[in-house]
Amino acid sequence: MSEQLNFEVPTMAEMIAKGEEPEILFWVGCAGSYDERAQKTTRDICKILHHVGIKYAVLGTEESCTGDPAKRAGNEFLFQMQAMTNIEVLNGYNIKKIVTGCPHCFNTIKNEYPGLGGSYEVIHHTQLIQDLINDGKLKAEGGESFKGKKITYHDPCYLGRGNDVYEAPRKALEVLDAQLVEMKRCKSNGLCCGAGGAQMFKEPEKGNKDINIERIEEALETQPQVIAASCPFCMTMLSDGVKMKDQDKNVQVLDIAEITARANGL
Amino acid sequence: MVLQILFIAITLAAVALFSYNLKKVIRNIRIGKAADRTDQPQKRFMTMVKVALGQTKMFFRPVPAFLHLIVYAGFIIINIEVLEIMIDGVFGTHRIFGGLGPVYNFLIGSFEILALGVWLGCVVFLIRRNVLKLKRFSGVEMTSWPRSDANYILITEILLMTAFLLMNAADTKLQAMGASHYTAAGSFPVSQYLSNLLPNSEGALIAIERGCWWFHIIGILAFLNYLPYSKHFHILFAFPNTYFSNLEPKGEFTNMQSVTNEVKAMLDPSFSPPEAEAGKFGAKDVNDLSWVNLMNAYTCTECGRCTSVCPANITGKLLSPRKIMMDTRDRLEEVGKNIDKTGNGFDDGKSLIDSYISREEIWACTSCNACTQACPINIDPLSIITELRRYAVMEESQAPASINAMLGNIENNGAPWKYSPADRLNWAKES
Repeated sequence: MSEQLNFEVPTMAEMIAKGEEPEILFWVGCAGSYDERAQKTTRDICKILHHVGIKYAVLGTEESCTGDPAKRAGNEFLFQMQAMTNIEVLNGYNIKKIVTGCPHCFNTIKNEYPGLGGSYEVIHHTQLIQDLINDGKLKAEGGESFKGKKITYHDPCYLGRGNDVYEAPRKALEVLDAQLVEMKRCKSNGLCCGAGGAQMFKEPEKGNKDINIERIEEALETQPQVIAASCPFCMTMLSDGVKMKDQDKNVQVLDIAEITARANGL
Repeated sequence: MVLQILFIAITLAAVALFSYNLKKVIRNIRIGKAADRTDQPQKRFMTMVKVALGQTKMFFRPVPAFLHLIVYAGFIIINIEVLEIMIDGVFGTHRIFGGLGPVYNFLIGSFEILALGVWLGCVVFLIRRNVLKLKRFSGVEMTSWPRSDANYILITEILLMTAFLLMNAADTKLQAMGASHYTAAGSFPVSQYLSNLLPNSEGALIAIERGCWWFHIIGILAFLNYLPYSKHFHILFAFPNTYFSNLEPKGEFTNMQSVTNEVKAMLDPSFSPPEAEAGKFGAKDVNDLSWVNLMNAYTCTECGRCTSVCPANITGKLLSPRKIMMDTRDRLEEVGKNIDKTGNGFDDGKSLIDSYISREEIWACTSCNACTQACPINIDPLSIITELRRYAVMEESQAPASINAMLGNIENNGAPWKYSPADRLNWAKES
């Protein structure tokens, strides 16, 4: 289970040069591209795609921020500039289907790009994993066993409430034969990690607690061995929370893609 | 005859006053900007049926949902009785539907049981607010008026139900005594137990029966006219509010068409944008919000479910989605009064942002949609917060410094952090 990839990640430019077309475009996102922790998830998503033999590609240096944080922060100009530039690239490559590694990219491309001329079939990586499991292409074998392990799943707002995706990530955990425990506030009642709405990029307003601490306390109440995430921003907030509570030795915070890759020995 | 004329006069006056005030509220809502919410009429209708009529979102909290359902059912069903009261009042008859016999007995019987339910429900609600002091009913925005408003509503409903039951109790007794005009009609499963508490003299009983009858009907008409000043407006506005509610995924924010035109013109010099309408980006004041936002504000019943699930509020920040809605309504009422006094275009030097809602509040929002999910009648505080942010950022360039830095990074590097676009694929390479 080396950190690095033992295969090349194809870019759209390379693929087109070879006269090929991918089945699906993997939209990596800014966090997945630059954030060290999120990069691991990105590589695991590639490992899964590679493992099941889906023809995929990334945009590489042609990818740019979807504009999500600008839009949530109120800068519609910047958002639409980003969106239209990205749509030009995506339409130029005749992209039909996109999988994202981040619920924010997922929400923006899926819901906000069509009105600006960019209509694609967009899925989040947990939905891809669910589809692969349902099709029998992906199991949980040949790797680390999660059997009997206590796992609690944190719903990212933009995947859960934002787009009603609650089952796909849980499906990916169900196949592990692990012990799934829900937090008190879960699914449509899930509590935010504190990063959304551009909060990730600023200090919180004055209060009596940080939101990620409130959330991590609730997660730790379930006495989990693994806290599962499916968003790079939640990942940061939850990992920080676990560290602040001095629980990072006992509790792992892992993305659904990482768990899936590990369970399959990828 | 005099009483009949008096009754008709009071009813007409009450309805006229209510229409006058309702018109003013509708005028205020129309101060808002246009927003098209007429698509998918069937889905809209079903949303209204499920959420407003069926109260499906209330049942997330079963205890208040159950009590609320009784009060609500009581309110709706007892209104059939009000119809009879109206007819009796106009024609001077007594229990005009009494001829329905067993059906009538069943109806009056169910009204009585419901009335008792409403009475008990309201008492429990009063206890929850004033004795148990549930946290949801406190907060900076819950100043003395909103708290009194809630209590006035509950006390009024208790008084109305008491009058209804006492009226029936006196009526039963008069019917048993064979008093003229009081023909036997109805069955009284609840009020029969109150009969013993009443005096035996026919005159006194008639006074009680008539007194309660007048109190009940005048009470209802007064209550109707209280609605436009109260959080209780939700009993009417819940219906249009859910019908016109957002049907798109909660994560989706609207794309601003005015911006689209400008961005298109910037990216493509050959694109000629349609005549731009004058106006600002985002919202500084209530007239910059959409009419849906403004209707939301009149619909809010200040239950605080939104605030109780808001991550910012839970962790002690100033933001409270309920306050956003209450501030919007208060400001809209103020703007409405300004229009009444001085006509359109009057500037009182105030605005929704700063005079009512502070910057600290709008920047504490994580846009997590917990508030919109929690609202039992689909009110959307998040879209108001977004419009205020849009104004702060696009019209004033006033955002927290770190937000400006993030925006600068996206503009320059295509990522919210200061990384080079050339390094975007480094994660795939050998280190």
